[in-house]
Amino acid sequence: MRYSGFKVIKEALTGHRGWGPAWRDAAPKASYDYVIIGGGGHGLATAYYLAKEFKQARIAVLEKGWIGGGNVGRNTTIIRSNYLLDGNEPFYEFSLKLWEGLEQDLNYNAMVSQRGILNLIHTDAQRDAFIRRGNAMMLNGADADLLTTAQIVARYPFLNVNDARFPIKGGLAQHRGGTVRHDAVAWGYARAADQRGVDIIQNCEVTGFRIENGTCLGVETSRGFIGANKVGACVAGSSSRLMSHAGMRLPIESHVLQAFVSEGLKPVLPGVITFGAGHFYCSQSDKGGLVFGGDIDGYNSYAQRGNLPVVEDVCEGGMAIFPMLGRARLLRMWGGIMDMSMDGSPIIDRTHIAGLYFNGGWCYGGFKATPASGFAYAHLLATDTPHPTATAYRFDRFALGRMIDEKGMGNQPNLH
Amino acid sequence: MLINHPTLGPRDASEFVYKGDAALIRRPAPDAPDALEQFIDYGYLRDNPAGAHRELWFHEQGDRSWLVVTRDTLTHEITDVELARDVARREGRSK
Repeated sequence: MRYSGFKVIKEALTGHRGWGPAWRDAAPKASYDYVIIGGGGHGLATAYYLAKEFKQARIAVLEKGWIGGGNVGRNTTIIRSNYLLDGNEPFYEFSLKLWEGLEQDLNYNAMVSQRGILNLIHTDAQRDAFIRRGNAMMLNGADADLLTTAQIVARYPFLNVNDARFPIKGGLAQHRGGTVRHDAVAWGYARAADQRGVDIIQNCEVTGFRIENGTCLGVETSRGFIGANKVGACVAGSSSRLMSHAGMRLPIESHVLQAFVSEGLKPVLPGVITFGAGHFYCSQSDKGGLVFGGDIDGYNSYAQRGNLPVVEDVCEGGMAIFPMLGRARLLRMWGGIMDMSMDGSPIIDRTHIAGLYFNGGWCYGGFKATPASGFAYAHLLATDTPHPTATAYRFDRFALGRMIDEKGMGNQPNLH
Repeated sequence: MLINHPTLGPRDASEFVYKGDAALIRRPAPDAPDALEQFIDYGYLRDNPAGAHRELWFHEQGDRSWLVVTRDTLTHEITDVELARDVARREGRSK
């Protein structure tokens, strides 16, 4: 079924009896050409682009829970391509371009809203760094705009520009950045993949790999063995747990990142603002809630919940830059588990086991990467060569000294 | 989280800096024939278990001691705390 304005009107007039499920509840077959482990945004996007762009068939996505129940529904929904390094920026700009055409491509309203993102500047050194980053962005075809304090005040009159510790001295804006309804991304990709014949198999947890003579023949699951020519792991957050079944140790630690949403308010915040120096960023959802977050808690965790010191730190940062935030009540808070990699950048690569591929290490940047991650992973799975924008995301970059370390923090995952 | 410091008693985890897996105590020998592979492993690869995890915490806002904390990564429950010095000595790594 194709969604359209006409269809909405027709259903409204006929009692909404014509809507069917957006995707089939498929049962696993004995074997597939491609088995994607993980029915999050990245896994569903991978299956979709495998079918659509690379004309592959016999594809399954295995999800241990339900579609939209993992990190794709736990993030703060921001899209942007404001990276500095050559290994990253072309990839994220490719992703932003895919976001711009996503809804027409999927025939699904994902509420892509290019309301702009602004990184605040507080010092001369920070301005120099942001000018450099903006130039790197423009060299890679992205948009970047250096704003003065006066321009920021005109757009965001409620910001505390005269904070004693972090006065606002300007900002780097990317007007094409913004937010997307994250659940709709999972649903849209699931529906579009299903329409192209992909089997989406929920409540199917992978418990092991069948590996013989260095070749992966398929996966053991809670619903029996499923054979596959190629297996693609795509379970950021749980990557180390999954790949340990294949005897692999990864350059990854799992960390918890908390996020928060206030009660619904009238429109007050037109865009995304990041206050990096105060470990705080915020946007307003279409439902009205202020969606905000800060740093990871900083210790290994699979608990999907954090601790109070970070809650205090995030709220202090928010109050310092957004004094009006104190009038809003906190409605919900939650935690998600990140693959924090050793250089803060992801991995999309083959493994040393034939037929087994890996996608993970997204740190807290996975949501914005969803379309490009799926496209690049589908490219790798279908052609056995990396996508031109993802050639740097290799496993061996650590051994070779070719880290993609945006912040220059070194091999300390909780600092990225 | 409260970390029960062996000499100072219970202290808030926010007084500490987290370093990571306590296997970092076992630094490879630089003159081993496979030292390069060992150091790549030591520097970049982690077990990252879901469950009991032995990890290094540095008491930066306190007595500046290094601790080995055994903590469950699924529940955050801490079951054991030792001075990293004692652990290193037991492994014959410290004087």
